[in-house]
Amino acid sequence: MPIQSVNDFVVRFANVNGSGSASANQLFARSIMRMGVPVSPRNIFPSNIQGLPTWYEVRISEAGHMGARGGCDLLVAMNPETWGEDVADIEPGGYIFYDSSRPVPKSAFRDNLTILGMPLTEICLKHYTDPRQRQLFKNIIYVGALAALLDIDMAEIEKLIGEQFRGKDKLIAPNHQALHLGYDYAKANFACPIGVHLKRANAVGDLIFLEGNDAAALGAVYGGATVCAWYPITPSTSLAESFMAYCKRMRIDKETGKNKFAIVQAEDELSSIGMVIGAAWNGARAFTATSGPGISLMQEFFGLAYFAEIPAVVFDVQRGGPSTGIPTRTQQSDILLAAYASHGDTKHILLFPEDPYECFEFGAQAFDLADRFQTPVFVMLDLDIGSNHRMCKPLKWDDSRQLDRGKVMTAEDLEAGKEFGRYLDVDGDGIPYRTYPGTHPKRGAYFTRGTTKDRYARYTELAAPYIDNMERLLKKFDTAKKYVPGPVLRKASRKTDLGVIYFGSTSAAMHEALDLLEADGMHIDALRVRAFPFSAEVSDFIAAHDRVFVVEQNRDGQLRTLLMVECGIDPAQLTSIAHYGGVPITARFIRKAMSDAVNKATGAGRKETIG
Amino acid sequence: MSFLPKPKFRHPAIETNDLGFTHRDYEGAISTLCAGCGHDSISAAIIKAVYELSLPPHRIAKLSGIGCSSKTPTYFLGASHGFNSVHGRMPSVLTGANLANRDLIYLGVSGDGDSASIGFGQFAHSIRRGVNMVYIVENNGVYGLTKGQFSATSDKGSKNKRGVVNNDSPIDMVSMAIELGATFVARSFSGDKTQLVPLIKAAIEHRGAAFIDCISPCVAFNNHEGSTKSFDYVRAHNAALNALDFITPRAPISTEYEPGTTEIVRLHDGSSIRLHKIDASHNVHDRAEAMSAIHRHKAAGEIVTGLLYIDEDPQDLHTNLGTIAQPLNELNAPELSPGQALLDKMNAALR
Repeated sequence: MPIQSVNDFVVRFANVNGSGSASANQLFARSIMRMGVPVSPRNIFPSNIQGLPTWYEVRISEAGHMGARGGCDLLVAMNPETWGEDVADIEPGGYIFYDSSRPVPKSAFRDNLTILGMPLTEICLKHYTDPRQRQLFKNIIYVGALAALLDIDMAEIEKLIGEQFRGKDKLIAPNHQALHLGYDYAKANFACPIGVHLKRANAVGDLIFLEGNDAAALGAVYGGATVCAWYPITPSTSLAESFMAYCKRMRIDKETGKNKFAIVQAEDELSSIGMVIGAAWNGARAFTATSGPGISLMQEFFGLAYFAEIPAVVFDVQRGGPSTGIPTRTQQSDILLAAYASHGDTKHILLFPEDPYECFEFGAQAFDLADRFQTPVFVMLDLDIGSNHRMCKPLKWDDSRQLDRGKVMTAEDLEAGKEFGRYLDVDGDGIPYRTYPGTHPKRGAYFTRGTTKDRYARYTELAAPYIDNMERLLKKFDTAKKYVPGPVLRKASRKTDLGVIYFGSTSAAMHEALDLLEADGMHIDALRVRAFPFSAEVSDFIAAHDRVFVVEQNRDGQLRTLLMVECGIDPAQLTSIAHYGGVPITARFIRKAMSDAVNKATGAGRKETIG
Repeated sequence: MSFLPKPKFRHPAIETNDLGFTHRDYEGAISTLCAGCGHDSISAAIIKAVYELSLPPHRIAKLSGIGCSSKTPTYFLGASHGFNSVHGRMPSVLTGANLANRDLIYLGVSGDGDSASIGFGQFAHSIRRGVNMVYIVENNGVYGLTKGQFSATSDKGSKNKRGVVNNDSPIDMVSMAIELGATFVARSFSGDKTQLVPLIKAAIEHRGAAFIDCISPCVAFNNHEGSTKSFDYVRAHNAALNALDFITPRAPISTEYEPGTTEIVRLHDGSSIRLHKIDASHNVHDRAEAMSAIHRHKAAGEIVTGLLYIDEDPQDLHTNLGTIAQPLNELNAPELSPGQALLDKMNAALR
């Protein structure tokens, strides 16, 4: 029996990279969003530019579930190389749409599928002579066919094409034409619509659609970043490139045409973070964007910035590790690496955005925190929210908001004779005052060093001032608990002894899983951690529940370890639910892992993992 | 020891510069380096150069990496902000600092371990980018703080203190700097203040990547027979191409010189260098010729010193990046945050 579902299904495009399918696929996703139906697309791509398999998976969910679902209902099979596994992954009763220009043996299909063959290549050969056009329009033709099969409003697609090619108007008509070639063929040859299809709805509202990296870059612009030093690495590259694009649009001085920003593509990650630290030492807001291997390389500098107390903002778009790992797949596996980055005793502020909205918000806030606490701040994105379009709340900015530059002594302060000790805790919060180089001719200069020093920045190797300084750094870190974004509680509909802690991109799948589990009769209080250091609310939450699951996308339960160590939690109280195969975590997985764990009910502290 | 304060006593009639600062105002803490260390002479030369240029000390930022040479910024310009960073990473920290505030003078102090080994990449890339800075390598051919290992600038065939011969080819920092696009390249000797002070002054006035390789013998580990970086060896093999006088914009330029042997090189701020050519054939404006002079003298067993190359009209990193004249660290929310109105437009375009 073919699957019947309106506004709730998954379409997977199996493509070859470099074939120009990305923009056609995005056109498909956006047109559905324009019909008022929420979508969450995901790119699954290899570390390669041309010729290897790539997938684009679009989850359509009127209920607004943005997490990956697993499986697919309709496969758009455009890559013969991955045919076998792609076909195997279609849900029973699903659909397969493929290019039938060359015959495919019946044995290559499954019995329980609806087969939709369309001679795409043949149509292209007939209508186009230019080989590149044949390739590109093939993609648009299949979008047209899907519009017929799924009942997508053609007017929305046409409008989107018009917006995409605004200014290059002569491209609009041929694209419309290709779209109709596909649409007309499908209408004439298939029973349209098929069992899974769309219906205009009103579930999108004012939500916007963008990538987390893009949103974080915009956050950096609004947060006042003027210096960006970076080194290309997947999947963070687009963050730096977006920053560049936004700066060109928003940060050019109108009178002179000059730039109110400086972006340097460094020779490596060490140099990137060195430049960031140099710029921030000198009073500019500076950041770098990188991924796991970059964070590994920057370790020594993080210790310097922590110990010499220099702001730095680092966007870590996490990918699968260790080593080169699975570089184009997602994970949340840099948590411990970032939390304790560098040799010696160090701790760093981490922020965990759940979606592009928070990527923007935390992307801006990170600069305030870095300046306020004069220390590195890590914004922990991951590939799943970083390099995929996601629907989120519209971005907001309070126009009266000032940049919190933290405790900086001005020339006037120094002139007035205010006491300046670079590492002196004047206010009892562990945060000292700093001066920017060049402030005052006679006062306020100091020597910044990674070696030990006293409260007045004078070199010393004595134990007492060293300990005094290290304890103040701890106090400062403690103060940060009140400033970082607090956790978000989602209480179960009835009182329960079960709790779950999660963070970052796991959010979407977690919320869906909680709904499913609630329907199963399993009630769980949920706490989304948004930053490290953890505030008291986090340890209170754990204390209030007999058993707490920690759901995360790494093998070792890194957040769980951090919670145990930093909140002094008995390991037996925290059960790790770990998903780390590189594909995004799903509600299906969480539901099963948590149900199994509760049903087994044999002692806690066990791990539930996927291999 | 560095935490011993210098006595504050000063003579009432002590000489001051145009800004009213005394020489003492440009000094730092007492050096903790070995007595007779070449690096201390370089610190003294920096102090003298900055004093004579009458630069406000707080408008200079001095940055270094790790090593004996990188300790020296504590010993000069005590009223300047200093940054003793990470081994081999001074160039990136300095580049970042320069991006944040283009109005300060950046003095990067490094050593041969710091710049020719662990930080070779950062040295190269900061030069490539044309960061407006004075980059001084205090080159002693040896790791001092870890007690006498060869560095990457040790000459092939030279011996360490225990008689072990170095078999690796040396890295020649000035050739590298010229090759990589430095717009001011000089080599000097810590024992030759007459040559070094005007070179530092000219390098400061140069608006681009200025590089000085300063041979600075290590009295503790590299001043023996068989070393090519010892005081005696460098004195005996020093081949100066030219001698310099630095002339401030206000000073009249006398024209009493022999044509062909003296040249006036103008600098960006109106000051100039009077270049007395010792080797009349050397043209400081020609990169290829500079390289050839270095190779020629090297083949003759000599260490070539003096101003090797200068581009009088350099482009620096800020020019290339097109940054505004105002230092980026002075910009605030009104200039930086585009506001809700633009965000509304963006939101609309993202639906």
